[in-house]
Amino acid sequence: MMRRTMAAAVLAAGAVLGAAAQSNPEAEIAKYREALAAGNPAELWEARGEALWKQKRGPKAASLEACDLGKGAGVVNGAYAELPRYFADADRVMDLETRLVHCMVALQGLRFEDATKRPFGAGTNRSDFESLAAWITAESRGVTMNVALSHPKEREAYQLGEKMFYFRGGPHDFACATCHAENSKRIRLQDLPNLTEKAGAQLAYTTWPAYRVSQGELRTFQWRLNDCYRQQRFPDLKFASDASIALTAFLARNANGATFNAPAIKR
Amino acid sequence: MADPMRIRAAERDGVVNVKILMSHEMETGQRKDGSGKIVPAHFISKVTATHQGRTVLSAQWGPAVAKNPFLEFNFKGGKKGDRIAITWEDNKGETRTDETTIN
Repeated sequence: MMRRTMAAAVLAAGAVLGAAAQSNPEAEIAKYREALAAGNPAELWEARGEALWKQKRGPKAASLEACDLGKGAGVVNGAYAELPRYFADADRVMDLETRLVHCMVALQGLRFEDATKRPFGAGTNRSDFESLAAWITAESRGVTMNVALSHPKEREAYQLGEKMFYFRGGPHDFACATCHAENSKRIRLQDLPNLTEKAGAQLAYTTWPAYRVSQGELRTFQWRLNDCYRQQRFPDLKFASDASIALTAFLARNANGATFNAPAIKR
Repeated sequence: MADPMRIRAAERDGVVNVKILMSHEMETGQRKDGSGKIVPAHFISKVTATHQGRTVLSAQWGPAVAKNPFLEFNFKGGKKGDRIAITWEDNKGETRTDETTIN
């Protein structure tokens, strides 16, 4: 009799624990992230990116070390926290990837089509952009996000990005805002950040790029946007296009004031 | 040529804590590619850590270990400034060794 009561008690306790684990998946995912953070494979991409930055490549056999990311030629530290920004030499607002393409063309003599052939990697076919972005963003870790929007073209890009964020279209009549303008929305167990609120916008932008465990790849913010477009069944977001830069400018500016903390690790 | 490992080794109270990130595909041999063909198994099968020539860890790995594996272990007897070397070997016979200094 005694034993049966004990068994029942144990069962009840188990049920309570199970219910707790189910009702709080966010806490479980947070624990999972914590366990992974100690050995973030993003560091492997960072190392490759640093080597790529310094390596002499292209027809002109030049490295990217003379590339101006907005804080002067070759200054990488803290540069990502101020991008996208207006560059007078190109007379255009540019995000990190676009600026890298610009430098590859101008400094290394690559053709635009060759430079942008592989924006995202898969397996052993690695993308230079993902490696470079990993290293360059790591050099902004701990820096406060500060997208100034001081140039009229920067403000123009921000406004266009905002329009894109709320623009409904495609076969599903979707907008970015359909998923990202309300609290506690999710896809399966994955929480979706509310990008219209300061906290959500900051947390989302400052944790990309990230190593995606489920893919075994390092993914950039650019990739995140492209995959959101795919999920909305929109046409592909063109790499280094004004539309892509505008949306990035909108989301980066909304993260102003937050401490940049990537490359992160995500499931 | 495989990418270098990232190794960190720190001594505290006579115990050295070693953290290693390895860059490897770690294919299980169970997956199929887009055309339905099996992706051949390719994984690290042996890991060795040596401290001043003395083996402090030796491990046999299989396909169950994740892609880009992370390994952390402790050993006694190391001092700051000592060298520690890690070697992995995979089932295709490819191998890589990287070294670092304990700090």
